[in-house]
Amino acid sequence: MGKAPERGGFPRLQRMGEEGFLIEFGDSLSMSVNAASLAFRAALDAAGWEGVEETATSLKSVFLRFDPLRLSHMALEVALSDLLQTHDWYGEGLPQGRKLWRVPTVFGGPHGPQLAEAAALAGMSPEDAVAQIAQTPVRVLTIGFSPGMPYLGQLPKAFDIPRKTELNPHVPPGGLALAIRQLVLFPVGTQTGWRWVGRAALDVFGQQAEQPFPLTAGDEIVFHPVDEATFEDAWAKVEQGRMVAQSEALA
Amino acid sequence: MTALLDILSAGPGLSLQDRGRPGLLAKGLSRGGAMDPAALAEGAALLGAAPDTALAVELAGAGGTFRAEGADLLIALTGAPMTAEIEGARVPWSGSHLLPRGTTLKIGGALQGSYGYLSVAGLDAPEILGARSAHLSGGIGRRLVAGDRLFCAPAPNLGGLMIAAEDRFSGGEIRILPSVQTAQFDRETLDRLQDTAFRKDARASRMGARMGFDGPGFSSSAHLAILSEIIVPGDIQVIGDGAPFVLLNECQSMGGYPRIATVISADLPRVAQAAPGSPIRFRFVTLEEALKARQASINYLKSLPSRAVPRVRHPGDIPDLLSYQLVSGAISAHHDPHEKEG
Repeated sequence: MGKAPERGGFPRLQRMGEEGFLIEFGDSLSMSVNAASLAFRAALDAAGWEGVEETATSLKSVFLRFDPLRLSHMALEVALSDLLQTHDWYGEGLPQGRKLWRVPTVFGGPHGPQLAEAAALAGMSPEDAVAQIAQTPVRVLTIGFSPGMPYLGQLPKAFDIPRKTELNPHVPPGGLALAIRQLVLFPVGTQTGWRWVGRAALDVFGQQAEQPFPLTAGDEIVFHPVDEATFEDAWAKVEQGRMVAQSEALA
Repeated sequence: MTALLDILSAGPGLSLQDRGRPGLLAKGLSRGGAMDPAALAEGAALLGAAPDTALAVELAGAGGTFRAEGADLLIALTGAPMTAEIEGARVPWSGSHLLPRGTTLKIGGALQGSYGYLSVAGLDAPEILGARSAHLSGGIGRRLVAGDRLFCAPAPNLGGLMIAAEDRFSGGEIRILPSVQTAQFDRETLDRLQDTAFRKDARASRMGARMGFDGPGFSSSAHLAILSEIIVPGDIQVIGDGAPFVLLNECQSMGGYPRIATVISADLPRVAQAAPGSPIRFRFVTLEEALKARQASINYLKSLPSRAVPRVRHPGDIPDLLSYQLVSGAISAHHDPHEKEG
């Protein structure tokens, strides 16, 4: 018998072209939909089926790429359906092996010129906004758009602020930007419609580093406020490839 | 002395390419790699090298000028046919050639298709994340420019070979399968997708290619706001102006546009290779047909070492002798098979 109650048609299993499947756990982001995606991907990876070439998660689903000449769509469809039935993925909890990162971060000023604007939209002072962000360990909901770039959430409801319609011309590497109860941390300088609130001393894509991609979806980050001088010292070490951020295993 | 290939002048789109970095989607990186993997493998076959580890200079639209330094080099020219000269003498495309030390190879614009490949025996570069290719949109490596020097190996003792390459350079019918939002488009729109004569837009890049067309856009009836989802090369997004946009090797890892279909793996290099303005038509096929085509592509790659044959052969070994112009009683080393097609 299935242990997984359906939630409005989810989880939903779909073919994605010639060599992919998409398993969606919802059609909008919530922490439980995201957790279900992370848990199911961990189970898929643990199953280690021959012919599966890679798995990845988005905010709300799991993508699987396979070799259709080694593993048929039909056989994989059955195996995926069976695996989906073995657990209530929404109540499964997050996978093992996740890390908690503590990242020195400067908020406001020249390193976060839209902090005041974001705080005003959230109905609080910049000081309170920084305090609330710093108190909330945020989950790496997914990694993408640009290599290594984490989408982090969720912040308290007050931070459900829209993206700007016009783009910020340039947010530098390490830039931390906020919208829709999420933060993003940019690996490279970029344009964005998210409000630039700070800068974090973590290189999320260090090509020459021992671990080029330090973050994994499901990890959590605490953005620890520091002053400008401390940040600049930390950033110099990041640029030299000497990781500053500390991480510990999450239970 | 070290064997080097000096880049004296470079077209706008030169980069080192191999088979890319599949498997990093969870870290936000698309697979990248050569836009025409068969051309990369043809180059390896012409050099007598292993196809899995092949590395070549990808030439987008046009080549450049190159000089052998320190040793004689063995080169191979594959992919989109381009004009090529060694010390001013024309050399045929889809062939391997000796580039003697100190001599200059000049590669012009594409005569057909988009991506040419210059393979060199022993070409090497530092590995980043398991591959030596540049991933331009992902910020790995960079375009090659005049003044760059590439590490190669002295030419192995191997005669000039030629290979009869498949034509992947003129667009044409591209086979597609449904993707995750295909069902959100109504029957009439999906029929129109297959009936429309598209032209590949000139602004195509390693990230993707927009399909130009006349008529109304291809909107989905649902008009649902789609939360960004994982996207892969081959997916056809319907972008803001209603045009289909085929994602290619260096696409982003996530996107929020609806996907009307996805191009089968066997036909994706033909989308990449089609020259700007080339006609493109889409046709939905069965999964079975897609998998047959996938197997055929793999078989073609496997057959390449046996397809690379000496350029100058004994006339008795040439089965289609009468199709050659035997003006001087031998096949000209300077004969360009594509010249008369232009």
